[in-house]
Amino acid sequence: MNNAPRRFAPIQRILHWLMAACITAMLFIGVGMVSSVAPTYLPLILIHKTLGFTLLVLVVIRLALRLHYGAPPLPADLPPAMRLGARLSHLALYGFMIVMPLLGLGMLWAAAYPVVLYGGIQIPALLPQSDRAHTLLWGAHYYLAFAFFALVLLHMAAALFHALIRRDGVFGTIALVPWRNRTTPAD
Amino acid sequence: MNSSSNLPRSGFGSLVLIAAVLGGGAAAFAYTAGWFSPGRLTPERMIAALTPPGGAPLGHRRNHAKGICFTGVFEANGNGSELSRARVFERGSYPALGRFNLGTADPNAVDATVRVRGMGLRIAAPDGEEWRMALINPPFFAVSTPQAFHDLLIASGKKDPEAMKTFIGANPEFATFASWAKTAPWTASYAEEPYHGLNSFIFTDANGAEHAVRWSLLPATAVVPISQSELEKRGPDFLEREITERVRVAGPQRWTMVTTVADPGDPTADPSKAWPADRRTVQVGTLVVQRIEPERDGPCRDINFDPTVLPRGIRVSDDPFPAARSSVYRKSYDLRAAEAGDYPRTEAAKP
Repeated sequence: MNNAPRRFAPIQRILHWLMAACITAMLFIGVGMVSSVAPTYLPLILIHKTLGFTLLVLVVIRLALRLHYGAPPLPADLPPAMRLGARLSHLALYGFMIVMPLLGLGMLWAAAYPVVLYGGIQIPALLPQSDRAHTLLWGAHYYLAFAFFALVLLHMAAALFHALIRRDGVFGTIALVPWRNRTTPAD
Repeated sequence: MNSSSNLPRSGFGSLVLIAAVLGGGAAAFAYTAGWFSPGRLTPERMIAALTPPGGAPLGHRRNHAKGICFTGVFEANGNGSELSRARVFERGSYPALGRFNLGTADPNAVDATVRVRGMGLRIAAPDGEEWRMALINPPFFAVSTPQAFHDLLIASGKKDPEAMKTFIGANPEFATFASWAKTAPWTASYAEEPYHGLNSFIFTDANGAEHAVRWSLLPATAVVPISQSELEKRGPDFLEREITERVRVAGPQRWTMVTTVADPGDPTADPSKAWPADRRTVQVGTLVVQRIEPERDGPCRDINFDPTVLPRGIRVSDDPFPAARSSVYRKSYDLRAAEAGDYPRTEAAKP
């Protein structure tokens, strides 16, 4: 435990912010495209599928980096409830990152849609057409997206709470630029 | 608690900032979802406009609900390769799966009451790509835009005769279609119908050059006009029985696929505007319908004939309809898949 890192490794921090931007874009594209009949529907759905598959690859890399580098410890004075909340919300965030692309792929397979990504890359189907499977997977993909977005907002709120109010160094562990906190000598 | 004493002076400002980020994020999300835009044309609104007064045809397609499956091949003659590098245009035979259908939301409609007939078609390329399309028998579409199609559905569903007059006033292109509906011959067979893709697409050839095209399937069978009243006498499901019997007795039925190439300046974004008759055409192959199968548990039942499922070498143009059709067809598929229990299957649903 003594050799736990003080901050996430640079590659972890870069991946965090890259995926944050992409996931936010995915959620907005998803909710926008399903409510549109405009010509932009087609490029949006192509981006959604391509980015979703890319994010699935990235989250696997990210988990491997996390296992390799570990994570900085939470501040010792963090109340137990917040500590638990932090742990559970991060588990849930990783869960969404893994499950959402798989649900999306599965619902396309179960509808017998060919999955063609940007550049004509084809993903072969691993599920046969099935009304029941499609309905289940589609429903899960759609409704979990709202839960995912709510959790992203909560995560952002917690990050801002650490960065601006507690100033306890938690935000600094993931920030791309050095972040001053209350233990840092001010001025 | 004790941390409150540690709050910097900007603590209140920080809380306001956090609240603003949360509220702003949620509001932006809701806006993107269309929750603040009741006037936006969504797949749900289009499907609501398609829904007959008696209610949605649960378990069925939300439009072109009555149909019958077929299987066969698309025999490419190789001529299409000069326009598009899609594999399905290379000389050869490719599996085809399709569905003859009626342009109605009522799966139990009487054949003689439905003016528009259609075909859903899927051609499989050997590289795993697919070309799906949905075609109808009028040579041009009824309206210019998806919004106008929505308005047409609303106006034609109203009892007030003024509603259609107002609609035609706002969408004069509909008059061309109305005149087709009055004058085009009725036939007593799906095999005697031409099927037109109507929407324009872009073919990319091996050199990367692009060609705006539309395509049609023209029947090899001669057209024998029949009056609507005579067709009605033959029974509510005559077309399905006729095509089944015809293929069984006379063998495979054929359609020539003709692609029409636009001249520069021809309208590609408006399927209600036919291109001049002297435009260059290329016969690219023949659709051979070899076997008719009932829709119930037939191979076409669970296929969404989404016209934007295209192989490399074919892409959408500036025509706004394929995107709108894709989005509405997807919604229709999602709905009928969820309602599979309401579909009158002849076998138990697949798990």
